[in-house]
Amino acid sequence: MSDVVVRLAGVCRTFPGDPPVEVLHDIDLTVTNGEFVAIVGPSGSGKSTLLNVLGLLDTPTTGSYLLDGLDTTTAGQRRRARLRAARIGFVFQSFQLLPHLSVLENASLGGLYLGMSGRSRNRRAEQLLDRVGLSHRRHARPTTLSGGERQRAAIARALVAGPSLLLADEPTGNLDTASAGSVLELFEELHADGATIVMITHDPGIAGRAGRSMRIVDGRLSA
Amino acid sequence: MSRDRASLRAQIGEAMAGVSARPGRLALTMVGEALGLAALVATVSLATTASGQVAQHFDDAAANQVLVEPEESRATRLPADAEGRVRELEGVVAAGTLSRVEVADPVRAVPVVDPQAPPDPSLPVLAASPGIFDVVDAEVAGRTYDAGHVARADAVALLGAGAARRLGIGDLSHGPAIFVGDQSLTIVGIIESVRGRGELLDSIVVPEPTATRLFGWRGVTSLQVEVAPNAAETIARQAPLAIAPANPASVVASAPPADTTLRASVQGDVSSLLVLLGVVTLVAGGVGIANIMLLSVMERIGEIGLRRALGATRGNLMTQFLVESATVGLLGGIVGTGVGFGVSMAVALGRDWTPVLDARLLAAPLAGLVVGVVAGAFPAWRAGALEPAAALRSL
Repeated sequence: MSDVVVRLAGVCRTFPGDPPVEVLHDIDLTVTNGEFVAIVGPSGSGKSTLLNVLGLLDTPTTGSYLLDGLDTTTAGQRRRARLRAARIGFVFQSFQLLPHLSVLENASLGGLYLGMSGRSRNRRAEQLLDRVGLSHRRHARPTTLSGGERQRAAIARALVAGPSLLLADEPTGNLDTASAGSVLELFEELHADGATIVMITHDPGIAGRAGRSMRIVDGRLSA
Repeated sequence: MSRDRASLRAQIGEAMAGVSARPGRLALTMVGEALGLAALVATVSLATTASGQVAQHFDDAAANQVLVEPEESRATRLPADAEGRVRELEGVVAAGTLSRVEVADPVRAVPVVDPQAPPDPSLPVLAASPGIFDVVDAEVAGRTYDAGHVARADAVALLGAGAARRLGIGDLSHGPAIFVGDQSLTIVGIIESVRGRGELLDSIVVPEPTATRLFGWRGVTSLQVEVAPNAAETIARQAPLAIAPANPASVVASAPPADTTLRASVQGDVSSLLVLLGVVTLVAGGVGIANIMLLSVMERIGEIGLRRALGATRGNLMTQFLVESATVGLLGGIVGTGVGFGVSMAVALGRDWTPVLDARLLAAPLAGLVVGVVAGAFPAWRAGALEPAAALRSL
């Protein structure tokens, strides 16, 4: 497999309107296997759109995006969905755990659309809940967890399918300082174990914990 | 074309979890549709039950009658022994003849010719065999004429209740008589009521030999037959051959419409209106499901975005919401069918009817499923059509 996980070349994203809004401007970004990259920018800088493009939730207007060496810009919605299922793990600011499912069921959702069997999804989810230190809460409802615990559960879900790329969107934005610190430690541990991580944040202090930090301002990315 | 990878079973599991996550809403969503199906099941099975009762009434009523007459173009009278021959047939309960007698002279209640009292020429005279009184279940004040009267061709008569009123005869105790021309007839009884052959009530009824002796009557023109239940058509088929073996075409025997035909038409009338009502209610219930499913899709945009991010295709999400809606529909269908059967049983028992359960109604829960699928189609399409990035933005 190629050592390069993400290769964006000349990516622009323009939203139609009057006048059209260019949110991303000529972005080049390469993320290699095992890198931990932070992308820092104020709100409205285009960092969420960049994350959506990286996560195959949005398509560049121009430019190319290779994920694990596979061209994604020409893929249809089914193929993009399958690439998301197999190769990308999302971590959201607001956790996005389904309240009617247990922690274990939430975590095992990460393998649902990959076609994993219920049993192997549960086994993977148990392992990963153990990895993030939540196995004692696996039968609890998400609403009974603390913020830090919820984000750990969400990270376990993101890892169930064994993704090439972990995309985190302000993962500590809804957490108090202590919880945020422990979640960041978890990311660092995952990085140390070889995970490839792209994290979006507005907080330069958090970005400093990553191996490489980039700035995005007005849709332009710079080192 | 590649298939969506998540197995249908796994997606049904997700849908079940989604449905059971909100039991209160599930119950409310089902209510409209369950009511519709309950109404449908109850009306259909009540209509079946009720028309069963209606049909029973028809069975009881004087529907078991066959009328035998000469075929006009071939004969003017029936053979003299027609009544005896018909009685031989299996399934005949009673038989009797009834024929019009042509009488030129006016009918009077008194012998004196009073030039100022106009005669009453409009009262018909009928010649009847005694058997007719059994066939029409006649209630007679006084008595009917007997075999002796018939054998001797006695000058006796029965009066229909209407005829008796017109002639001013009510008291039979001193043997009143009437006069047809100058011929007197002793009144032995007054026919109070009949079932069928209502002309008996407005006529003077005499034995057949009497009619022949006094008025020159020449033969039977109609034979009324009462048959066992459901035998009418068979008897009608057999009677011409039994009566006129040499020339069956000279005799026409007609049965009333078969009671199955009658039952079907009554059933049709009752059912179609009530079924229409139930269908309208069911459609309203379906619209209710569609509404709530659409609301549910809008509420769960975040979940939809999450599932797309986890790799769900549009098809996966449509399937999930369609299965949820179908599940609600099926559950509502089961509840509604149960309630509908319960209601129809209660009504039937309350009215002392025999409950008739139409086995086809056991398929009603499937109708609920179909309603759920149809109602869920648009909301499911909406769920699939949401842009994942937009859905996630609304978190």
